[in-house]
Amino acid sequence: MNYGFTTIFWRDMIRFVRFRTMLVASLLQPALWLAFFGIAMASNFDRLMAGIPVPAGAHVVGYLTFMAAGVIAMTTLFTSLFGGIVILFDKNWGLMREILASPMNRNHIIFGIGLSGVAKSFIQAIIIMVFGVLIGAAFFAGDTPVQVIISVLGILAFVGMFALGFLFLSAAIAISMESPEGLQGVITLMTMPIFFASNALYPIDSFPEILKILSIYNPMTLLITGIRYFAIGPDFVALGKHYVFTQADILVSFLGLTAFTVIMFLLAYWRFKNAIVT
Amino acid sequence: MAETARWATEDMILVENLEHSYGNFKAVDGISFSVKKGEIFSFLGPNGAGKSTAINVLITLLALQKGKAVIAGYDVTRDPQQVRESIGIVFQDITLDRDMTVWELLEFHGRLYNMPVEKRRERIDELLKLVQLEAKRDELTKRLSGGMKRRLEIARGLMTRPKVLFLDEPTIGLDPQTRMRMWEYIKGVNREGTTIFLTTHYMDEADQLSDRISIIDNGKIVITGTSWELKNTLGHDLIYLETDNNERALAILENFPAIRDIKPKTKGFTLVVHEDGTKVLPGIIDRLRAAQIEITTINLKKPSMDDVFIFYTGKDIRDEGQAPARARFMQAGRR
Repeated sequence: MNYGFTTIFWRDMIRFVRFRTMLVASLLQPALWLAFFGIAMASNFDRLMAGIPVPAGAHVVGYLTFMAAGVIAMTTLFTSLFGGIVILFDKNWGLMREILASPMNRNHIIFGIGLSGVAKSFIQAIIIMVFGVLIGAAFFAGDTPVQVIISVLGILAFVGMFALGFLFLSAAIAISMESPEGLQGVITLMTMPIFFASNALYPIDSFPEILKILSIYNPMTLLITGIRYFAIGPDFVALGKHYVFTQADILVSFLGLTAFTVIMFLLAYWRFKNAIVT
Repeated sequence: MAETARWATEDMILVENLEHSYGNFKAVDGISFSVKKGEIFSFLGPNGAGKSTAINVLITLLALQKGKAVIAGYDVTRDPQQVRESIGIVFQDITLDRDMTVWELLEFHGRLYNMPVEKRRERIDELLKLVQLEAKRDELTKRLSGGMKRRLEIARGLMTRPKVLFLDEPTIGLDPQTRMRMWEYIKGVNREGTTIFLTTHYMDEADQLSDRISIIDNGKIVITGTSWELKNTLGHDLIYLETDNNERALAILENFPAIRDIKPKTKGFTLVVHEDGTKVLPGIIDRLRAAQIEITTINLKKPSMDDVFIFYTGKDIRDEGQAPARARFMQAGRR
C-alpha cells in the first residue's frame, strides 16, 4: 500500500492556500449568499408565513434557518464541481504527463483530488454554520455541546460524501476535456438543474410530478435532507410545510449519496484509465 | 515468457516494428532497435521526425498501436505499471507547476516516485547545487527564467535512479556551460547503472554523449551505429570546391579513383573521398589545372555529425533546431 493520494492532496492544498484571492473569495462567497439572499428572502417569506396557522406544539423555523442548509449544499456543489479543474490545468500545462508517467496508481490522482476537495468543503461548511448562527439561523437550537458536536459531524459526513461524488464527476469531466472554457460551460450547465431541482431554497412537494421525481433522487436533495436533520432536527415546520425525518430516512439518504459517489468513482476510474495526455 | 526474460538481461529497450499514426499520418513508421543495459542511446532527427511520438509510446503515455516495445523486460501494453516503475523521464516541453516553489516541485516528484524522505531531501540538495538553483529554492517556478526552468526540469528527471532514463531533448535552451555540466551529470548517472535513451536534434549532443545513435527521419530509422561508425560510412573526408566551370569540373572528376560520391551545391560541389583528403587534394587540383579550370574556393574537412545527418536525411537540421519556443509549443499542442 502506498499513499500516493496524500502527495496529490498535499500539492492541491498548497495551491489552495497560496492563491489568496481564490481562498478568500471561496470563503466569502457563501457568507455573502447567506447575508444578502438569505436575509432578503427571509424577511419576505417570514412575513408571508406569519398568518398561516401551524400545528400546535410544532417546531417552527424561519426561512434563514431553512435556507442556510441549502447554502451549505450549494457551496459544496460548486466547490466540488469546480474541484477537478486543476486536472485540466495540469493537463494543459503538461504536469499531468509527469503524474501519469509516474509509477503512482492513477486511482490515487482521483482520491487525492477528492480528499483535498472534501477538506475545502469542510472548511466552507463550518464557516457557513458559524456565520449562519451569528446572523440568526437557528441551528442546533437547544442542543448540548455534545449534541452539537455529533450534529456537526453528521453534517460533515453528508457534506463529505456528497463532495466526493461531485469531485469524482468533476475529475472525470476535466480529464476528458480540452479547454477550460468548455469545462466551465459543461459545469455551469449542470449546476442549474442540480441546484434548482432540489429542496435547497423551497419545498419540492408542490413541484410538477416529473420535476418532483427528479428532485427526490437528486443527490442535492439527499444532502440537504441530511443537513436539516442534523442542524434543525427530525421534526420542524418551515414555509408552512411540516418536515418529519426518521432515522431510516436519513440512513437511506446517506446510502443514496454513497451509491452516487461510488458510481461517480467508477466513471472517473474509467476516464483516467483511458486517459491519453501528451 | 522465456524470451522476455532473455531481454531483461540483455536489452533494456527492445522495439520491433513500432508504428504509430495520427489519423492518416504515420508519425512512426515501423522502427526497430534495441538498447543494451548501461548504454547511452540517441535518436537524432529533425522536429517532426517522430522522436517524441516514439518516446511517448515507450513511456506508456500513448497506447501502442502496432509492433512491440519492451522496457526493462516489461511489455508496455501488458505491464505498463511495471514499465512506469522502471523509468524516469525528462520531458521536452516545460511541465512545471507554475505555482509551486522549486523545492516543492522536486519534493512532489520524489513523493510521486515513492522515494524515502532522507533520500529525497538529500537528492534535492545535490541536484539544486548541480543546476545552480540553490538560491531559488523557495522561489515559485513561474518567476524563474527559461533556462532556469529547463535546468529544474532536468533536475527533476534526475531525482530517481531508474533502470532506464528517457531524456526528450534534454538540453534545449541551455547555455553551453550548463549543457556541458548536464552531460557530465548524465554520464555520471549512466555510470551508476542507468541506461539512457535520449532524443535530440543537437549533433554535438548525440555525438559526445551517446554510445550509439539512430538517425531518424519521417518516422523511420535511417541508420544506426556509433558516432565513429556513422562518420565512417560517409567515406573519409569531404572536399568542397568552387570553380569557374563546375560542369566541366564535375565531368572530369567523375572517374577520379579516390572519389566515392559527388554532391552538387549551389555554387560548387562536395566530393566524398575514400582516403585521407589531404593526400587526395593535390591530385585533384593538378587534374583541374591541367584542364584549365580555375579553382576559386577550396575547403577540406573531416566529416562531422552534421555531415552525416545531412547525408542521410538531405536536411540541414540547424535551421529547425533554433525554431522559437513558441513554434515548438504549438507543435507540441498539435501532437
